[in-house]
Amino acid sequence: MIYFNNVSKVYNKDSVALEDVTLTVKEGEFVSIVGHSGAGKTTLVKMILAEDMPTDGTVFFESLDIHRLKSDDLTKFRRRIGVVFQDFKLLSNKTAYENIAFAMEAVGKTEEEIKSDVPHVLELVDLGNKKNHFPHQMSGGEKQRLSIARAIINQPEIIIADEPTGNLDPVNTYEIVQILKKINDLGTTVILTTHNKGVIDSIKKRVITMEKGKIIRDDKDGKYAM
Amino acid sequence: MILLKRIIKSGFKNFKRSGLISWAAILVVTITLSVITTIIILQATLHFSLNQIKDKVDVTIYFNVGVPEDQIMSLKDSLLKLPEVASVAYTSSDEALQLFRDRHSEDYPTIQALDEIKDNPLGGYLNVKAKEVSQYENIANFLKTDSLSVSGFGSIIDKVNYNQNKLVIDRLNSIIAGAQKLGFLITLLLIIISIIITFNTIRLAIFISKEEIGVMRLVGASKMRVRGPFMIEGAIYGIIATIITLLLFWPITAWLGRNMTGFLGLNLYDYYISNIFQIFVIVLLSGVFLGMVSSVLAVRRYLNK
Repeated sequence: MIYFNNVSKVYNKDSVALEDVTLTVKEGEFVSIVGHSGAGKTTLVKMILAEDMPTDGTVFFESLDIHRLKSDDLTKFRRRIGVVFQDFKLLSNKTAYENIAFAMEAVGKTEEEIKSDVPHVLELVDLGNKKNHFPHQMSGGEKQRLSIARAIINQPEIIIADEPTGNLDPVNTYEIVQILKKINDLGTTVILTTHNKGVIDSIKKRVITMEKGKIIRDDKDGKYAM
Repeated sequence: MILLKRIIKSGFKNFKRSGLISWAAILVVTITLSVITTIIILQATLHFSLNQIKDKVDVTIYFNVGVPEDQIMSLKDSLLKLPEVASVAYTSSDEALQLFRDRHSEDYPTIQALDEIKDNPLGGYLNVKAKEVSQYENIANFLKTDSLSVSGFGSIIDKVNYNQNKLVIDRLNSIIAGAQKLGFLITLLLIIISIIITFNTIRLAIFISKEEIGVMRLVGASKMRVRGPFMIEGAIYGIIATIITLLLFWPITAWLGRNMTGFLGLNLYDYYISNIFQIFVIVLLSGVFLGMVSSVLAVRRYLNK
């Protein structure tokens, strides 16, 4: 589904974010990418979202060369991916309901679909009673659940979660991981970056370990090994 | 269609939720529109004053006593054919005498002297007004040409007062040209400054949303879906600022009309009220254009990431 071919990203001579990364993610997989801060996890994710261009190499999503897409095609491509960030990246001047509705509007859903799906997904992440709250009126765990709801609302083919539990306490972390596992069980590919040992050990799926921009381990049914 | 509806709805919602920032932007657009309105009113005053001065300038052709009226009329016709001539007014020798008597009705010795002569000593005259002050010289030159002498007009003309007035006309001409040039430069300068200030304020307002713009793009929103609400917000700034500006100028022009009409020669309040529709359209279009274009330019920076 996703193919990295000898991808390198050099910001300047002294900071190499990715070095010759070759990697395949298959459909339906749950892949955890672990490593210390600065190991290159977030850069890897940015490559998939075409937020950043590789200095060398190519990244394919099925048959699409992600970094050669034109602006319109890139917009369409991003609609096939749901993203969850450590800092949530919610629209601060929109309510919980509107944040999710916006993602549906972006892909051209009708008002009827929005009206029926948004309350449903808010219930799913246990935010049914917070639909008129703005992000600044919600706790960290609630914001992250909202951000997951937004990521899954359009039934994307893949969910990318970049350190989704970085700002959360253990209880909220556990909840978020359970939601991600459930999403994966329903058939969606999940790519998770984290440096939380507990999270990795509880998932018991494929683990890719990165260090200084390189992949140093790739274990099926892996555990946190750093 | 559904996209447009969503964009408009979002624009209004964002405007409402931006609170103070929206009102700061409106304040700046209002200042810009006030500058534009002031310029419109100043231009009108300048135009009016210049026209009044221009109107006082003319060339008079005095005829010899006893020249038949049909000859004068045929000269009048040939003058009217000149492209520079706006109007030609004829005063017959009888009318000239009557005007003279009226003017000097208090001056007993003059009237008595006039009565002594019995015959009318005054000839008729033609009052020629040009379309532009700069064209009087052409008209004066026309009166000097040989063709005029050939057709016999040369002998009937007593004198043309252009040469006496030449200095005044020339000086007036350069003052008018200078005033118009200066007015244009000041207008241009003020408008450029206002546009830069407005653009920067709106850019600042949008800078606050730069992360949101990035998020919207990541969620898969099209450029238009991101840009549109900001454009609507910009248009709302323009519309509200227009209303505030026009309301502000109501009492201002009323005061000027009451206190400055004698000095300016033009009642600005009457001018404002009678041209309110045109002013409204100019100010509204400027405001909406300024708001929308500033928004588009400001969003563009963050949209291409």
